[in-house]
Amino acid sequence: MMMSDKNELSHHFEINGGDFSNAGRISTSIKEILQEIGIDSSIIVRAAIASYEAEMNVVMYAQRGVFTLNITPEKLLLNLEDEGPGIENIDLAMKEGFSTATDEMREMGFGAGMGLPNIKKNADKFDISSIPGKGTSLKITICLDRTERK
Amino acid sequence: MTLKEIKELLLAEIVSGEDCLDLEITFAGGSDLMSDVLAFGKPGILLLTGLSNAQSVRTANIIDAKAIVYVRGKKPDNTGIKLAREKGIPLLSTKYMMYTACGLLFSNGLPGVSGLLPRK
Ligand SMILES: Nc1ncnc2c1ncn2[C@@H]1O[C@H](COP(=O)(O)OP(=O)(O)OP(=O)(O)O)[C@@H](O)[C@H]1O
Ligand SMILES: [Mg+2]
Repeated sequence: MMMSDKNELSHHFEINGGDFSNAGRISTSIKEILQEIGIDSSIIVRAAIASYEAEMNVVMYAQRGVFTLNITPEKLLLNLEDEGPGIENIDLAMKEGFSTATDEMREMGFGAGMGLPNIKKNADKFDISSIPGKGTSLKITICLDRTERK
Repeated sequence: MTLKEIKELLLAEIVSGEDCLDLEITFAGGSDLMSDVLAFGKPGILLLTGLSNAQSVRTANIIDAKAIVYVRGKKPDNTGIKLAREKGIPLLSTKYMMYTACGLLFSNGLPGVSGLLPRK
C-alpha cells in the first residue's frame, strides 16, 4: 500500500498472464480494501465486478499487467495497464457476446464475451485504449459522490 | 426457503458451512459462465453452477452471493473451500444435473433473479 498526496490512497497489484490458479485474487483483495474503508456495499459490488472482469482479461489474454486502485473522497479510480497482444477492434470487443476465448478458457467458465460490457455497465466512466502488439489500458471511474453516480 | 430445506430437496451434501443451515435463501440463479453470473446475478443470490474451480467461489464472493450449490456431484478444490470458509459462503453439492436441481427449487417456490414464480 502507498500513500500519495493528502487525501488519496493508492494500491498497486501485479497480474501474471496465464496464472489461472490465482486469477481473481486481486479483485478479492480490492473488495476487502473497500470493505475496510466502509464504502457503500452497492458501490463495492460494482467496483469488484469491474476489477474482476479486468483482471480476468489480463490473465486470459495478456502477458502481464499492473492494476492500480486510487481512492479519493470523491471517487474510485481503477487503472489497468497490460503488456500483451492488445485489441485490434475495440468496438467489436465491447459487443456483448464477442469473445476470442479458447475452449480451455470456456471450460473454466470464461468466454461469454460479457467482461468488457460488464465493466462499462458498472463504471460511471470507462476508457479503453489499446495498441495492437503492445497492450491495453483501462481506466475505470466509480463515483462515491451520490449526485454524480449512475 | 432455508439452506437446510434446499439441502433436503436436492439430496445435497454440505461441503462447507455446516453451521449455516438456517440461512434464509430468497432467490437463485444457475450458470456455468462466470461473466453471466456477474452480469445477471444480484447480491444475496444462491448460485447453482457446474463449475468447480476456485473462480466459482471468487465470483460468488465478488457479487455477495449467499451460498453455492454445485451440480452433477462437483466439488470445488481446496483453494475454493478455504476461501468460502473465510468469506462465510456455504457450499453444497448435489448429484442432480443443472436442469433438475433448478427445477426442484423453482417448483418448490424459490424464484429466480427476476422474481418469477411457478404458475399454480
Ligand atoms: N486485456 C486484453 N488484451 C487483449 N485482448 C483482450 C483484452 N481484454 C479483452 N480482449 C479481447 O476482447 C474480447 C472480449 O472481451 P470480454 O472480456 O468482453 O469477453 P471475454 O473475455 O471473451 O469473455 P468473458 O469476459 O465473458 O469471460 C476478448 O475475447 C479478447 O479477444
Ligand atoms: Mg473477459
